Amino acid sequence: MKKCIFKQLGVGVLLVGMVLGLAGCGGSSQEKLYVYNWGDYIDESVLADFEKTNNVDVIYEQFATNEEMYVKIKAGTAKYDVAIPSDYMISKMIKEDMLNTIDMNAIPNYAKIDDRFKNLAFDAKNQYSVPYMWGTVGIIYNKTMVDGTIDSWDVLWDEKYSKQILMLDSQRDSIAVALKKLGYSLNSRDEKELEEAKKLLIQQKPLLMAYVGDEVKDKMIGNEAAMAVVWSGDAVFMKGENPDLEYVIPKEGSNIWYDAMVIPKTSQNKAMAQKFIDFMCSTDIAYKNADYIGYSTPHKEVIEMLPAELTSDPAYYPADGQLQNSEVFEDLSDVLPIYDRIWTEIKSQ
Amino acid sequence: MKSFLMKSYTFLIFFFLYAPILILMIFSFNDSKSRGNWDGFTVKWYIELFQDGQIASALYYTLVVAIIASLIATVLGTLAAIGINNMHGLPKMMTLNVTYLPMLSPDIVMGISLMLLFIFVKINLGFITMLLAHITFNLPFVIFSVLPKLRQLNNDTYDAALDLGATPFEAYKKVILPQISPGIVTGFLLAFTMSIDDFVVSFFTTGSGVSNLAITIYSMARRGINPKINALLTLMFIFIMAILVFVNYRMAKEKQSEKREKY
Amino acid sequence: MKRKFLTAPYLLWMLIFTIIPLVLVVYFSMFETGPDGVRFTTEYLERVFEPIYLKVIGRSIGLALISTLFCLLLGYPMAMILASKELKMRDFLIVLFVLPMWMNFLARTYAWMTLLENNGIINQILAALSLPALNILYTDKAVVLGMVYNFLPFMVLPIYSVLRKIDRSLIEAAEDLGATPARTFFKVIFPLSLSGVASGIIMVFMPAVTTFVISRLLGGGQYMLIGNLIEQQFLTTGDWGFGSSLALILMVFLLLTMGIMAKTDKDQEGGGLW
Repeated sequence: MKKCIFKQLGVGVLLVGMVLGLAGCGGSSQEKLYVYNWGDYIDESVLADFEKTNNVDVIYEQFATNEEMYVKIKAGTAKYDVAIPSDYMISKMIKEDMLNTIDMNAIPNYAKIDDRFKNLAFDAKNQYSVPYMWGTVGIIYNKTMVDGTIDSWDVLWDEKYSKQILMLDSQRDSIAVALKKLGYSLNSRDEKELEEAKKLLIQQKPLLMAYVGDEVKDKMIGNEAAMAVVWSGDAVFMKGENPDLEYVIPKEGSNIWYDAMVIPKTSQNKAMAQKFIDFMCSTDIAYKNADYIGYSTPHKEVIEMLPAELTSDPAYYPADGQLQNSEVFEDLSDVLPIYDRIWTEIKSQ
Repeated sequence: MKSFLMKSYTFLIFFFLYAPILILMIFSFNDSKSRGNWDGFTVKWYIELFQDGQIASALYYTLVVAIIASLIATVLGTLAAIGINNMHGLPKMMTLNVTYLPMLSPDIVMGISLMLLFIFVKINLGFITMLLAHITFNLPFVIFSVLPKLRQLNNDTYDAALDLGATPFEAYKKVILPQISPGIVTGFLLAFTMSIDDFVVSFFTTGSGVSNLAITIYSMARRGINPKINALLTLMFIFIMAILVFVNYRMAKEKQSEKREKY
Repeated sequence: MKRKFLTAPYLLWMLIFTIIPLVLVVYFSMFETGPDGVRFTTEYLERVFEPIYLKVIGRSIGLALISTLFCLLLGYPMAMILASKELKMRDFLIVLFVLPMWMNFLARTYAWMTLLENNGIINQILAALSLPALNILYTDKAVVLGMVYNFLPFMVLPIYSVLRKIDRSLIEAAEDLGATPARTFFKVIFPLSLSGVASGIIMVFMPAVTTFVISRLLGGGQYMLIGNLIEQQFLTTGDWGFGSSLALILMVFLLLTMGIMAKTDKDQEGGGLW
């Protein structure tokens, strides 16, 4: 009867499950390396390459945001050897003594990283991090839906484009846009400046189509909106899919971001972790990753290997002049409650 | 007329439920990585999917955790429901309130508080901790599926069975359980549904390389969902449908042969 | 009666995995860890009652109520159809009903966006038929649609499982006594299915209060709901004290409301809807 079939199925499922499981459980006596990275942020074949050449088992886990990664690492149970957070998070982790120093002598390929990406504010003495990917934040707009060219954050408040504007659904990123428009630093701790930014954003809200996350890419490609605030790596992808799109870093300045490899103090295998970081900085591996991910790379030789049409695109590789007024995010843990309150007020209108 | 209305309503509801699934499946064949563009038909995402070890591992754990957690929750929850049904007054109210808690809790609160619990007791985060967490949030769904059926029961049948000489255990097995079985099956299905697609609680209670599909997919949030995922979901769907059709066919055949035997 | 003790294993489980974590939450909401050690404080709990945060809570509860109502209105007829004896392939249809929920939630919601966008599939079809465009994405309507879509099975299945075994003789008796179908429904069928309806409401309303991803994606992130706010406290701001307080007060409020509603429900056993 009914029970018969379910029993048969049940046994079948269990058998299949056990087979798959046994297949998955490889040699558990091998050395292990725990790597913690953003989702879809690596060419996975490089992991297999590393496993083979170093006879190690790479345990790869993924996270969606810096903050979630932070909670897991801070809790201390996970033994991550290498993690790839963003600038402000690295700065916070250094402050809270969560990172091991990296012996740059053990990372010969570090020399291949362009000097422009060394001695950055969040790791001034290059002791804790090795750059992985970087980019900027700017405005992407649809040339056919917009008059003239855009060069300022002001356009996001232009009533002409009411309901055609997309902003990022992220506290710091959106408040940063308002601060930059007002001419302030995007790391502002000044309550008066923040109040002004809040008022601006509340003013802007009725003009917005929506606050969006990664779906901004599909929307702009699909001609759903006239303009959006996006990361440069995504802008390159979008322009490739829709030639009507153009990316610009507003003249008031914007945000430059970096993701870098660090070794948390929870690591139980610092030597192998350093080998892994060095491996990721080797030219052919860095090329594979840059090619797969599509974001801007800090690696000198890889930039030369990439197609010229990509590397001459200011969205992918802006000239220094364009980055004059742009800043990197600092850790603002102490004032974040104010940011949170502002964001809640904006969202509650 | 009534039959026509019933069929149309069912069709509408199912259309509503399946429209996005259809879209999802169609876009697994899109040559563009973006939803905003249709660049032509391709199977490249399926090929990439088969080369992806991370996703295979995530799929394995998702299914194993979902099945085991739902089974354990169904057994434990059914027993609990039977017990709760026989309680009165304050203990009953307190037990029900405790049962509401996992459903009321914001996922992040549940995830982080369980993570802290596991850390405090010095259990390494991994498969077991994720399983324990899943059972915990599945339990209320089983209990609230079985309780209404118990309520509906006529208690006299249980007493009648005892009077006729059955042991309590036999009375349960042959009398009560068959009557509440729609509730038990419903509970299992709902628990399975909760487990197969859980992100936040799983994220904070797992480790040691154990991941599930939801974590893999949500961690793509910054980059955008890779159409490999659409391909995976399409294959899962087809596979499950195939099983369903097969089971349905076999059961229909058995019913037919049962009918024939009567003559 | 011995049967009560069947709850023992369950209670033990809940004690370890629900009560103890809850104690942690209570601890975070009342004790502040500063540089001089731990001290008791009501500051976090008091902050929850500021108007701006009450507004967020109110909005979340309101949205959850509306979604639950729609789930009930759309789901009850579906449950009746699934429970009717004429139905062939009933079990097949039931699994088919939950099957979409086994496809990843994000992927399904993105598919809804493809359907509902300005240049989305629905509008493309409407344009081809020279009909006016549908602009419900990024409005409350889209959010309710998304909520109903995701919670419908949790309303339908418990009601169906109860309707399945309703004593037919009672319905026949009502009809014999001359009741119209409508009267039979409201006076006989619906009251008998009430325990299933209560389960459905609980399994939809409670998770719906703390859901926020649907509102973020289909509502364009325009409103902050209590789920976002709590998540922000734990992740972005790092203010676990405030986050825990918000969660705690929300849970206490909802439990009290459930308790009051259960008491006012007239019942022979005096224990509520169960």
